[in-house]
Amino acid sequence: MSTTTAKNGGGLGLTRKDFQSDQVVRWCPGCGDYAILAQMQKVLPTLEIPREKFVFVSGIGCAARFPYYMDTFGFHTIHGRAPAFATGVKVSNPDLSVWVISGDGDALSIGGNHLIHSMRRNVGVKIILFNNRVYGLTKGQYSPTSLLGSRTKSTPIGSVDYPLHPLTLALGAECSFVARTTDRDQKHMAAMFEEMANHEGTSLLEVLQNCIVFNDGAWHKFTEKGMKEQNVMYLEDGQPLVYGPEDARKGISLDDYKVRIVEADSPDVTVHRVDDEAGGYAHILSRVELEGGPVPLGVLRKVERPPFEGLMVDQVAEAQAKGEGDIDALLNSGDTWEHH
Amino acid sequence: MAESSGKNGAEKQLVELETVAIRFAGDSGDGMQLTGDRFTNAAAVAGNDLSTFPDFPAEIRAPVGTLAGVSGFQINFSSRDIHTPGDAVDVLVAMNPAALKTSIGDLKSGGIIIANVDNFGQKNLAKAGYESNPLEDEEFKSNYDVHEVKITSMTRQALEDMELQSNLADRCKNFFALGLMYWMYSRPLEPTREWIEEKFGKRPEFVQANTRALEAGYFFGENTEVFTSNYIVREATYPAGKYRNISGNVALAYGFIAATKKMGINLFWGAYPITPASDVLHELSRHKNFGVQTFQAEDEIAAVSAALGASFTGSLGVTCSSGPGIALKAEAMGLGVMTELPMVIANIQRGGPSTGLPTKTEQADLLQVMFGRNSESPLPVVAAATPGDCFWTAIEASRLAVKYMTPVVILSDGYLANGSEPWLLPKAADIPEMPVTFRTEPEGFLPYLRDPETMARPWAIPGTPGLEHRIGGIEKEDRTGNVNYEPENHEFMVRTRDAKIAGIAKDIPPAKVIGEASGKVLVIGWGGTFGAITAAIEALQARGASVSQVHLRHLNPFPANLEEVLGNFEKILVPELNLGQLSKMLRYQYLVDTISFNKIQGKPFKVGELITKIEELL
Repeated sequence: MSTTTAKNGGGLGLTRKDFQSDQVVRWCPGCGDYAILAQMQKVLPTLEIPREKFVFVSGIGCAARFPYYMDTFGFHTIHGRAPAFATGVKVSNPDLSVWVISGDGDALSIGGNHLIHSMRRNVGVKIILFNNRVYGLTKGQYSPTSLLGSRTKSTPIGSVDYPLHPLTLALGAECSFVARTTDRDQKHMAAMFEEMANHEGTSLLEVLQNCIVFNDGAWHKFTEKGMKEQNVMYLEDGQPLVYGPEDARKGISLDDYKVRIVEADSPDVTVHRVDDEAGGYAHILSRVELEGGPVPLGVLRKVERPPFEGLMVDQVAEAQAKGEGDIDALLNSGDTWEHH
Repeated sequence: MAESSGKNGAEKQLVELETVAIRFAGDSGDGMQLTGDRFTNAAAVAGNDLSTFPDFPAEIRAPVGTLAGVSGFQINFSSRDIHTPGDAVDVLVAMNPAALKTSIGDLKSGGIIIANVDNFGQKNLAKAGYESNPLEDEEFKSNYDVHEVKITSMTRQALEDMELQSNLADRCKNFFALGLMYWMYSRPLEPTREWIEEKFGKRPEFVQANTRALEAGYFFGENTEVFTSNYIVREATYPAGKYRNISGNVALAYGFIAATKKMGINLFWGAYPITPASDVLHELSRHKNFGVQTFQAEDEIAAVSAALGASFTGSLGVTCSSGPGIALKAEAMGLGVMTELPMVIANIQRGGPSTGLPTKTEQADLLQVMFGRNSESPLPVVAAATPGDCFWTAIEASRLAVKYMTPVVILSDGYLANGSEPWLLPKAADIPEMPVTFRTEPEGFLPYLRDPETMARPWAIPGTPGLEHRIGGIEKEDRTGNVNYEPENHEFMVRTRDAKIAGIAKDIPPAKVIGEASGKVLVIGWGGTFGAITAAIEALQARGASVSQVHLRHLNPFPANLEEVLGNFEKILVPELNLGQLSKMLRYQYLVDTISFNKIQGKPFKVGELITKIEELL
């Protein structure tokens, strides 16, 4: 597929417009969600997947309205359970491209259990976690990713909860594709969507997303010009972990499980690799910013594992290969007797 | 009638009996369920009508010898048509004092006790709360026909030369008890020998040990002079045909397999282990060749959610649990109502509230499934009456779900789930065809455009070109399904969803009155009380009492003729294993002065209890 045809919607002739539903988008003006929606509508037509094969599943929250705005199949479900619904969808028809749209409250608080288990099963669903570190739809309470001391409607003198780190959690659950982007970096976001679309098994993308009303600026350090250059590290498979403005490049060394900031040309700079089967490297990488380093953007880990739906379908196919089910044979199985 | 049998020794009388109830009772680890199961099979193959009632503790291995650890299996078998496991038993096989103590109240006066005296030492007597050995009590002995049998030591003796560890030898003692019962009730050993061979074939020493124990028990009965007679219960005269013994949980699994096969769609089973529902998951996981997908979810909510996701995608999503699990599923069931997708929720009821009595039966979740969701959230409810009826009720639930695009609840209970009865095998051809048509035509497609007759919306599954649409839990506009918060639209949609479910009354059979169409007393029941109520009604009708019976399969909506039926009787009695839930529903729907008869002990009704109550009203 050449870049030109991709822009034109590949061989299927689909365009961005084909993925826009007739519903009025009702997020707050300036919300980071708009950019995510726009990128999704741009990327999907390039994937050479017929439109009817896309299913968007969501739970509850601002982000969860996403499916209504996509002219695909969509299922707006209940709070936190989207990964479970999506599992049923994917297993019933593995041929579908199933996307889960969730937020930090939906995915990590009420729905934490389903998130963990869909990842460890490696269900072939693509989970986009809009992380804005606040509850938006319920008007401004702190969330599981809010920082200690966050002052919100429900924590007027500061939160006493330690935050959860979504990507570290995902790696702990053996997620086979773990990545991060921001709502301000359109190109990067599009590249991440494409990678997810092509990954078999669970993919989790954390989008650092700005809630303009209740937590404006939460990620400005990583998204705004003049700040992001120092604070963001783009990951490239096979490339060294380097970041910073042209005139002050730095490198990251993760030797001995320690995060160290070193000179960009230091031999200690760690070379990024996404295929970390053991997961230890990806784990420490997911914690670089907690140790005073930059926030890594891009694919932290991407490994191949047979997806859940494939194993499930194979079991059924194997059983059927030995002879398809026959109701009469089933009913007559076991000890039977003729009564005269 | 008596005939002489006996060989190798004492002359024995062979006495013919019409009906016998036996209870095998012992520690949870004594293998009483297996023993009961084998005896049941022998009775079934001999052509008896039968009904069983396994009754076991929630603990897997409660402390040995305690009352809490007693596991029982009751079987009632007969040469006539029977409906229940029996109010009281004729024979009690008690493997220890605790088993004797928990079951003695259910033994008929003069009934036979086979007590494993090896386990009646001071320690075990004390654990059961006996200050002295009841078997040595003269008054006790005069009330029953007590046989003290050294089951453990005789089993050990029979296996002496096998050099088994003694705990392994002791684990065969249930087969000794089974062998003794086979002799007592004139059952052949061969089918059980074959079964042992099949079950333990990979461990030849187990095959030999269990077979020897079985034979030792049998020969002990035959040769010892303690037993002066043995018995025979002849074939029952129930309709001719091919039968198998079936439990409610297996029948339920088969019902869903058959239904989806007839629909030409896949069955997706989302479940989380819970007593007494797990056996359905176990059974289904063995039948993937029917296109069955079984999903053991991370929790009850994921189980129902994945099922609904599967239904959205064109499978029949079913989730199966018991009351506590159903409570967790409530929100997703509401989403099923809102999105009008087919789904079946099976509730194998147990004693509650909360964790309640996990292994005991109750039928107190009717109002939970009717009303246990936020707002106006109507869905059809059906209930199975007997173990075999679980099959047909599963098919009916599936039919309604798909035809009306709605979640449907099917109610079973612990008594039906684990109990069993001979089941006249249906033929696949007897099951109605229920072809499913998914919407494929994009022209004129609207997600909530309804079928004028059923009010069902189209089933338009992902992957169908041109039918891309969004559904969800937010109130929607009629026809388009678009999000809509308008007050009038909401009321219209609430009423529409309600009318759709109410309209199902036109599509279900009328309530059938067993007995006279009018009279003094109508006994109306639902669910697993069918057997006991039927036995009571038959007994009273045989005496000429003016009493009739209605047993409801459809609890929401009720059959269209129900009000008229109720109006033809002076008194309406509603026996239920709850505090009167169907009774409440009949009262508010029909303003009828029902009389409740309730029992909430984790146990089924006894026929005698029902007869006494009905007689009061006659």
